[in-house]
Amino acid sequence: MSALITINEIYYLIGVILMLLVGMTLRDKGNPKRLTTALFWFLFGTVFLFSDLLVASLGKPLAYRIIGVVVILISLIAGCGLLSIGTYKQRSAEQRQASANQIGNWIFLPAVLIPIVTVLCTVLLKGVSIGGLYLLDQKQLTLAALCVGCICAILAGWKLTGGTPLHAVRESRRLLDAIGWASVLPQMLAMLGGVFVAAHTGKSVQDVVSLFVNPDSRFMLVVIYCVGMALFTMIMGNAFAAFPVLTAGIALPFLIVGHHADPAPLVTIGMLAGYCGTLMTPMGANYNIVPAALLELKDKYLVIKTQIPTALTLLAANILLMYFLVFR
Amino acid sequence: MTVTELLPLIGIPIVVAGFALKFNPLLVVTVAGLATGLSVGMDIGTLLETFGEKFINSRSLAVYVLILPVIGLLESYGLKERAQDWISSMAAATSARILMLYFVLRQGLGALGLTYIGGQAQTVRPLLAPMVEGAATARYGELPLHIRDKLRAHSAACDNVAVFFGEDIFIAFGAVLLMDAFLKENGILGIEPLHLGLWAIPTAIAALVIHMFRLARLDASIARDIAAWKKTQGQEVTA
Repeated sequence: MSALITINEIYYLIGVILMLLVGMTLRDKGNPKRLTTALFWFLFGTVFLFSDLLVASLGKPLAYRIIGVVVILISLIAGCGLLSIGTYKQRSAEQRQASANQIGNWIFLPAVLIPIVTVLCTVLLKGVSIGGLYLLDQKQLTLAALCVGCICAILAGWKLTGGTPLHAVRESRRLLDAIGWASVLPQMLAMLGGVFVAAHTGKSVQDVVSLFVNPDSRFMLVVIYCVGMALFTMIMGNAFAAFPVLTAGIALPFLIVGHHADPAPLVTIGMLAGYCGTLMTPMGANYNIVPAALLELKDKYLVIKTQIPTALTLLAANILLMYFLVFR
Repeated sequence: MTVTELLPLIGIPIVVAGFALKFNPLLVVTVAGLATGLSVGMDIGTLLETFGEKFINSRSLAVYVLILPVIGLLESYGLKERAQDWISSMAAATSARILMLYFVLRQGLGALGLTYIGGQAQTVRPLLAPMVEGAATARYGELPLHIRDKLRAHSAACDNVAVFFGEDIFIAFGAVLLMDAFLKENGILGIEPLHLGLWAIPTAIAALVIHMFRLARLDASIARDIAAWKKTQGQEVTA
């Protein structure tokens, strides 16, 4: 059964926004690298606008190869330092303060509408269909609901401020330029994780661990699995990518088969040990580097530095929890 | 153990070295992927196919792009200014108290599967960070840059820690489904996603306790920083 708002339509919307930003970047004479910056966002936008079409018309293998080439081009543009920040017509501090005073606390309404509409749609529109058509994509319900929330917010913002949706997109270029290449990194890391699984990296990890660790020492194995998850997540930037590699390499052969550990708490706490790694790495770009850019921090590693004490203490807590919970 | 058995690991030193040498992370990741694939004998066509497939399948990671226009628009009409004025008018609101309240809300909502309700783009930049800053400004006046940044970084960290260790309790969340699929693929049966969600609760509680303990000390630490900063300012004036 299909849906009125599907995840694919959300991707098209993202694509359209990115393409509008490409046009604005091309016209921005103040951006020293406007052509290559525009090309970067154009290629990224292509993935959202055309990949479904490519898959439908050329079949999966060829379409995936074409996107593979696009991805390499994207990384080359970023790698050669061809991205730069544009110039933006901004309203002055006085103008902002004046409209803040005029609009008052209503200005929070659109920002608060995003979460509220997302919750309401997630809860109320779950499984709701009209004439065999679901209103929202049921497989990606929260994402579809988030999209509805954003649209409501933009309409409310339009009404409230008098600035048009196009004005809103124009303002978003300032934010996206500040995030820059980091906005593509999460998807790149998902890609690297896929290659690691295809290359059976987990088997190699198992071989290396068996060389150095006494397989009889339960506590050491737990430490290796937890610390390994954190370290590998720091390298991969994503616990999802580290999980299959390290769980197949350490948890499964040594702890579950070797010591009859309870699999449910073992893998759950293992994943959460990986999350401790996400808090400590610049590779976890969308959590650590993107916010540093969004918040205009002078030190782009400050978010990571702030998180390290919590992350290390929690990693130790996870090791103890795992040791006491999996061998009951 | 032979070299062939170690080849699938080649991507790891490449990522570490690439990052240490400060190459662009996108380039480093791509090179690591190419090296890993080629070293285990994948041909370039198959490798490109894997690249494209995984990149397309993880498009949902970019949904925050949808939020940026709203935030940009509201900011140009004074969202931050208003948030700061509003918090400044509340005497009981300190930076740490706002962060603690946000942490509890964010972790609780995450546990219910409502992870997209908060977030760096949708709530931290437009609402949380300006409020946390506003509370400190109301107390100490205009903040020096390093203290402003410290508060902003704490706002971002608060969001991350709360959502990371709340969301796994929710059984339909991606991580839980990923673990479930992994166990089934490896022949470990009889575990429901519900069990995995329940085992995330002890760590969630530990995260809450640890981070709250740190936030409880934040107001005092800001006060110390301000005092130290004023002292150096004073020295510059007299010198």
